[in-house]
Amino acid sequence: MKFDWFVVPFAVGLVGLILFLTLKYVRWILSLPKEERKKIRKSFFSTKIFAFVWEVFREALLHVRIFKKNIILGYMHSSFAFGWFLLIVFGAIEVEFANSRHANHLYEPIFFRFFHRDPSVLEHHAFFTFIMDAILLYILSGLLLALTKRLYSRLMGMKKTTRLYWTDKIALYSLWLIFPLRLLAESSTAGIYANGGFMTNHVGSFLANLLPLEKIMYPLWWMYSIDLFLFFAFLPFSRYMHIPTEIVLIALRQAGIYTKNKITGFSQLEINACSSCGICIDACQIQDVLGRQNMIPAYLFQKIRHEKVLKPALYDCLICGRCEEACPVNINILNIKVAKRNEKLNHKHQQYDYLRQVTTELPKTQIAYFAGCMSHLTPSIKKAMVSIFEKTHTPFTFIDEDGSICCGRPLQLSGKIEDAKILMQKNKEIIAASGAEILVTSCPICYKVFNEEYQLAIKVMHHSQLFDLWSKQGKLKLNAQPIKASYHDPCDLGRGSHVYDAPRHILNQVITLQETAYQKEHSLCCGGSLGNFYFQEKDKVQVAQDAYDKIMTNHSEMLITSCPLCKKTFQKVAEKPVIDLAEIIDKALMQ
Amino acid sequence: MKNFGFSVNKSRVIEYDQNDRALFYYLMRVEPSVSLCIACGACTATCSAGAFSSLDFHKIMLSIRRGEKVYIAKEITQCMLCGKCQLVCPKNVNTRGVILQILSFLQSSQL
Ligand code: SF4
Ligand code: SF4
Ligand code: SF4
Ligand code: SF4
Ligand code: SF4
Repeated sequence: MKFDWFVVPFAVGLVGLILFLTLKYVRWILSLPKEERKKIRKSFFSTKIFAFVWEVFREALLHVRIFKKNIILGYMHSSFAFGWFLLIVFGAIEVEFANSRHANHLYEPIFFRFFHRDPSVLEHHAFFTFIMDAILLYILSGLLLALTKRLYSRLMGMKKTTRLYWTDKIALYSLWLIFPLRLLAESSTAGIYANGGFMTNHVGSFLANLLPLEKIMYPLWWMYSIDLFLFFAFLPFSRYMHIPTEIVLIALRQAGIYTKNKITGFSQLEINACSSCGICIDACQIQDVLGRQNMIPAYLFQKIRHEKVLKPALYDCLICGRCEEACPVNINILNIKVAKRNEKLNHKHQQYDYLRQVTTELPKTQIAYFAGCMSHLTPSIKKAMVSIFEKTHTPFTFIDEDGSICCGRPLQLSGKIEDAKILMQKNKEIIAASGAEILVTSCPICYKVFNEEYQLAIKVMHHSQLFDLWSKQGKLKLNAQPIKASYHDPCDLGRGSHVYDAPRHILNQVITLQETAYQKEHSLCCGGSLGNFYFQEKDKVQVAQDAYDKIMTNHSEMLITSCPLCKKTFQKVAEKPVIDLAEIIDKALMQ
Repeated sequence: MKNFGFSVNKSRVIEYDQNDRALFYYLMRVEPSVSLCIACGACTATCSAGAFSSLDFHKIMLSIRRGEKVYIAKEITQCMLCGKCQLVCPKNVNTRGVILQILSFLQSSQL
């Protein structure tokens, strides 16, 4: 039997890790509601399994999404993941060829060169040593990049790298050591027995000239094994938990499970699948403009994992979605944040008995218009809407003309999800009473919640979508205006609801749009978000100023947006006019 | 009696000695913008909840200083956190921040 005592640390570490992870994942999965567990069982026996394997290959091994952000960064991440994977696969095949029996020990591929010193008896020896050396070189090149990234992250398109927790550091350094130690251990054996490949043989003979290899070979194999043990022991308490977790996460996501309003076992998986890659750090405007870092997912998830969540880390966030957009693991960051807020708040429920007196007697027309709190505070927008309806001879019911109750999204953003449902119920009654077929809003905040949470039987449209529809139907006759303007994608409309094209279609008929680097998915938040509960006026102004300066090009004569709150926030810092899409359409509309 | 559309508040005594100003001190620590309020009443005038209920945010701001916790606890739960008050406040008080902090303070003080 191929055995030496130095394999024990590795074997203990690996078995312990597998047991620990299995327990953890099983517990998380069992804590899911029954329907979701059923979904998982069903997806096991469906074609989804192919999609799962493909995604694991693309994302957990090759890291295609990181490649898309930055090639060098992608190469670095894939060299560790894919490289290690190849090492395991080819190692296992090599052992198969070397041994006639099939039940090989777990550790044998890892310490192969120690146990098989006579190259002449090994089948395809030259081929395997070449492959294994090449893979090791691939990983070591990634390691070199990782070291460089710690010193100079801009090389990989990142202004900042993640600050690490102490357990992360131990895991990180032990991971970094694994491959150089493997190289040294294999090379020292190769230096004596010449059983290595193009790299290990050369390094081995080089070392043999310098050092007494017979004496240091054995300790090197011990060190290699102990280092593997260290890495396995710290993995579950460090960011490297993401390696196994991402695979489980992909499987569950393929089964159709996601985090909604509550922190579940699935959310735990998501939180642990965060690799602390730090790509979300640069995306966050609070970090960029104000220098605060608590709220960035890379750090927030780190804290949640170590069960230390400070309130500011949860509430000082614009819920703008820039981090979520940037995240290569596709973690549903915003829903987790809101659900975590909900978990934090266990105080008394709000009292909305007064809602009973809100009237639901409304005239019945095809279109119900809901201006929302924010449009009521920017009356030019609702006036423009009313004027557009009148100019186009469209009968409509203004369902919140005399003030309204809130759509519920601001309350939901605070974490008071159950209370928000009471407002939503009332609004549903009002909308139903209007008998309309289309609900139109001017505010992206309302649009998002009506569209996603209310489950209305009727069509919900943001005014930009309504204009787009009308223009396709030939109902809107617009005069082109000699104006060059920048368009700002509001968070809840753009990243939040993926409405990017409708406002552009319609604007292109009226004005000349200026392109910027901060459009569509890359749009900046105005800073006025109702998601942030810690922002002071000066914070808001700073973020708004920064965003305004970046969005406006030299040629832009005005800033156009589609959100009453954005309009109000930008107006405070803008030198040029800030107007809503509805206002420019109203102006350009031929009678 | 003729209805002029407004009523006269009942006269009352504010018992500063008996009132507990802990909430005010707490807010000064966690949401200092509470001190900027000039009791102008703009928040109350625009309040979505105030249109249908007794919620009066500027009165709440006054009560915070006076230490009238019972009144605050009763009224504050009617708020919809819509944020209109914040947009109209001339002193830029972070009203939603204040409200959320009050709610969590009241929870922890078991009121
Ligand atoms: S949340 Fe996503 S982007 Fe941010 S550190 Fe984690 S994996 Fe990276
Ligand atoms: S949602 Fe926006 S503000 Fe919040 S952490 Fe992400 S990028 Fe930053
Ligand atoms: S106000 Fe506009 S930019 Fe600001 S958070 Fe809302 S949608 Fe985003
Ligand atoms: S609007 Fe602002 S300053 Fe005026 S009473 Fe309300 S909180 Fe105070
Ligand atoms: S946030 Fe509350 S207090 Fe302020 S306007 Fe809305 S309902 Fe009124």
